[in-house]
Amino acid sequence: MTRGFPFLFAFVLLIGSAALAFETDGFRVVTSAGARQLSVERTPQVLPNAGLVDQDGTPFTLNDYKGRPVLIDFIYTRCPTICSALGDDFARLRQLMGGTRSIDLLSISFDPTDDRAALRLYGDRFGAKAPRWRIAAPVDERARAKLLHSFGVVVIPDGLGGFIHNDSVYVVDAQGRLARILDPDAPDRLLAAAVQVAAP
Amino acid sequence: MNARLLAAAAGSWLVLWLPPIRRTLESDMALHMAVQVPLLIMLGVLVALVARDHEPRWLADADWLGIPGIVAVVLGTSFWMLPRALDQAVSDPRADLIKFLSLPLLIGMPLGLSWRRMPPLGRAFIWANFIPKLGAIGGLYLGAPTRLCAYYRLDQQELAGWTLIAIAVALGMTWFFAAFVGWTPSCAKQSPRRSSGVLIAAVGRN
Repeated sequence: MTRGFPFLFAFVLLIGSAALAFETDGFRVVTSAGARQLSVERTPQVLPNAGLVDQDGTPFTLNDYKGRPVLIDFIYTRCPTICSALGDDFARLRQLMGGTRSIDLLSISFDPTDDRAALRLYGDRFGAKAPRWRIAAPVDERARAKLLHSFGVVVIPDGLGGFIHNDSVYVVDAQGRLARILDPDAPDRLLAAAVQVAAP
Repeated sequence: MNARLLAAAAGSWLVLWLPPIRRTLESDMALHMAVQVPLLIMLGVLVALVARDHEPRWLADADWLGIPGIVAVVLGTSFWMLPRALDQAVSDPRADLIKFLSLPLLIGMPLGLSWRRMPPLGRAFIWANFIPKLGAIGGLYLGAPTRLCAYYRLDQQELAGWTLIAIAVALGMTWFFAAFVGWTPSCAKQSPRRSSGVLIAAVGRN
């Protein structure tokens, strides 16, 4: 062993562990979705004021929700699998909320081919009525890119003409900030978690 | 010979960096993890074969028994096995450039330089750790009910899992035969002075 060994060893160990700690947010996450959840939880994130149009053809922006918390999911209307599950979850949430009506719901389609008829059809399937539960699409490509980026939603082709995408539920608090990213869960637990964040 | 080896390594690096090839290899999780990443590490090992003749004395001394080098390899490969790191490499060209530089320079080169300094049982220890770890990660990918990488489908994740398991089994069989039957892989025969073949001698002595 030489005198240089402890220094080189300590150097490699330090740099290596620091890089691992950095990439895993202090050994707490290994996936990008987990990192995003953690970062939003720590610092609620201001959202861009992107324009959307709902199933009735009414234009609105995320800013219109200021003062009212809203739960957001990302869907495409042709989606055979998780979007249906998300739709069912949201429908059940509306029932659970009953008269309280403290939290609005918003399903944003990222599929450019989803027109108003498609949005309406999807909404009718789950009994969604604007403005309490909007099924909406971004007004243009720029708004779509801005929304997906700010929510951290990654959409990839599924190889069968459809898409694979995050199935999280995004909680936007009354200040209009993205405050929590929830894993899809039983609707009652989802509601409890959302209420806790959005309308404490 | 040395210059040609270096040129070949640099050329291969550039070919791997070409956007069509890069995108193809990164479009699939198994190709990304089991082809592109190992190739980039191997380029670093190639460079180390040339660099070892010009290695500064202090570095050779400080890399006692190859320990700092192999620690760099273990930590570096762990880093690039994180799903988050793979996602970043796919989505952000800057992160991908960091991957393209760190895999050969911070993992491949230390591996090439430190491996021959390691005692035979040390090498056996690394192999005996690496092979089950590879299989275990493959099993995790297979068993995970959700996608670990935002940019890869669940079926790609499964394929990556099977690929890692297949590599682990192939390596495990190779070393099983090397250790028990005495058959030496041809890659271990090349440098007779301190090749991996001494592993057999070491195991045989015990």
